[in-house]
Amino acid sequence: MIKAEQKPLDEILKFLDPYNKILLVGCGACVTVCHAGGEKEVGLLASTLRMARKKIGKMIEVEEATTARQCEPEFALELTGTVEKVEAVLSLACGVGVQTLARHFSKTPVLPGVNTMFMGETTAHGVWEERCQACGNCILEKTGGICPVARCAKQLFNGPCGGSSKGKCEIKRETDCAWQLIYDRLKGLGQLYKLEEIIPAKRWGVESRDSGPRRIVREDLKV
Amino acid sequence: MKTGSTLERMLRKGAFAVTAALDPPEGNDLRPLDQQLKLLKGNVDAINVTDNPTGFVRMSSLATSAYLIQNGFEPIMHLTTRDRNRIALQSDLLGATALGVRNILCLTGDHHTLGNQRDAKNVHDLDSVQLIACARTLRDEGTLMGGKEKLKGEIRLFIGAGENPFGDPFEFRVIRLAKKARAGADFIQTHPVYDTDRFREWMKAICDRGLHEKLYILAGVCPLKSREAMESIQEYHPGIFIPEAIIDRVLTSRNSEEEGIQICVEQIRQIKEIQGVHGVTIHAPGWEASIPEIIQQAGLLPRPKADAI
Repeated sequence: MIKAEQKPLDEILKFLDPYNKILLVGCGACVTVCHAGGEKEVGLLASTLRMARKKIGKMIEVEEATTARQCEPEFALELTGTVEKVEAVLSLACGVGVQTLARHFSKTPVLPGVNTMFMGETTAHGVWEERCQACGNCILEKTGGICPVARCAKQLFNGPCGGSSKGKCEIKRETDCAWQLIYDRLKGLGQLYKLEEIIPAKRWGVESRDSGPRRIVREDLKV
Repeated sequence: MKTGSTLERMLRKGAFAVTAALDPPEGNDLRPLDQQLKLLKGNVDAINVTDNPTGFVRMSSLATSAYLIQNGFEPIMHLTTRDRNRIALQSDLLGATALGVRNILCLTGDHHTLGNQRDAKNVHDLDSVQLIACARTLRDEGTLMGGKEKLKGEIRLFIGAGENPFGDPFEFRVIRLAKKARAGADFIQTHPVYDTDRFREWMKAICDRGLHEKLYILAGVCPLKSREAMESIQEYHPGIFIPEAIIDRVLTSRNSEEEGIQICVEQIRQIKEIQGVHGVTIHAPGWEASIPEIIQQAGLLPRPKADAI
């Protein structure tokens, strides 16, 4: 799922400065799971904002709402009627949710309350790690289910760089070397022969974000 | 013969090649480079020109390599995939070969967050194995990657790659070297060797797989002169490991510089005897003055004259 972190309070207060009445909207999906922008965080941030603004003698009215999934228009549109009553919307959804609101509510500024970090998994309580770059052509079959595009600092396709040491990455000692993980996994599966294959240059300009923003069209689902 | 470069001719002849490595100037003043070149004149067969090592900005390896050629030296131009996509890499290869560069070293490059431009966006469009394949396509097919049209001109390249015998996972290092050979590498230069036993073990695995017959292998060495130098290596050069015994020798000696040179000379002598090793690369960043002495003491002088090979 998408992982996010709340922005620093000072930054949020700075861009909320011109507004005295806002709508703070959380999202019930990914950001709820990673405790960055669900209903609970909406409540906490709303109180924090009110207190911070009261402290400087510049009261702010904060309406609270949490959509089921902010990136889906039918849920975003449930805010119709509420958005029009405020000067700005502060969204705690990922960057996708913020843009869905911005697209549907053309007259109201929509501001981001979180930094969208990555697509990742929960590895321990309170710990999330990046796992997928949405590169557009999955090679996990070749790499034992461990992605070097997302997990190797240099996105190497053909094995570890010279900096792999005792299972760790050369730049972050707390990060596992993706290619050590791949090696160990394939060894365990009895599939080390897979490492012999030269994986050719990736077609970044066709498959990935380097081709411009991507779009999926499913004719069979269109109405 | 793919290029007729001195390095290639020496290796093909079976001679033990001696190369040095220089980091290009940090500014655009060429005088420090001139001094380093003066030290190396007649002492080495070719000079590696590094490409923004550890992500610190320096003069470009292509410009520095061209300057070496103008001054009568043979460069081994390093080319990393960290800072250039395949458009820039191929463009640089065309430019470099037009200016007379024959030997290249295809590298991924140290991660840029170790250097002085940590806010940079890294590239890694290709990895080093894919860059080797790209260089081979340019040379052997005369086309760009994925291209059909023949380029004008003749691209002569002696294609090198790096390898770290001390990196992990150890067993994967040999598989990866085999991939580099298959992708089109002609020669390999290794990270500095301090642990000659482990290097011997690695070379045995290389020879067992027959890779020493497909690739010319040049072992890296790097003299140590002080506690500070060793600490700097440990901090900025991931993947280089100095055994405790070597550290102790440098630290407890009365003259650490002399001891550092002595250790390096011993290492070269040991390395030279290992099956499958075809040469040595001496890298002494900030201490280039030690290189002529090391080469001399290791019994590697005089170097054969280029036209006599």
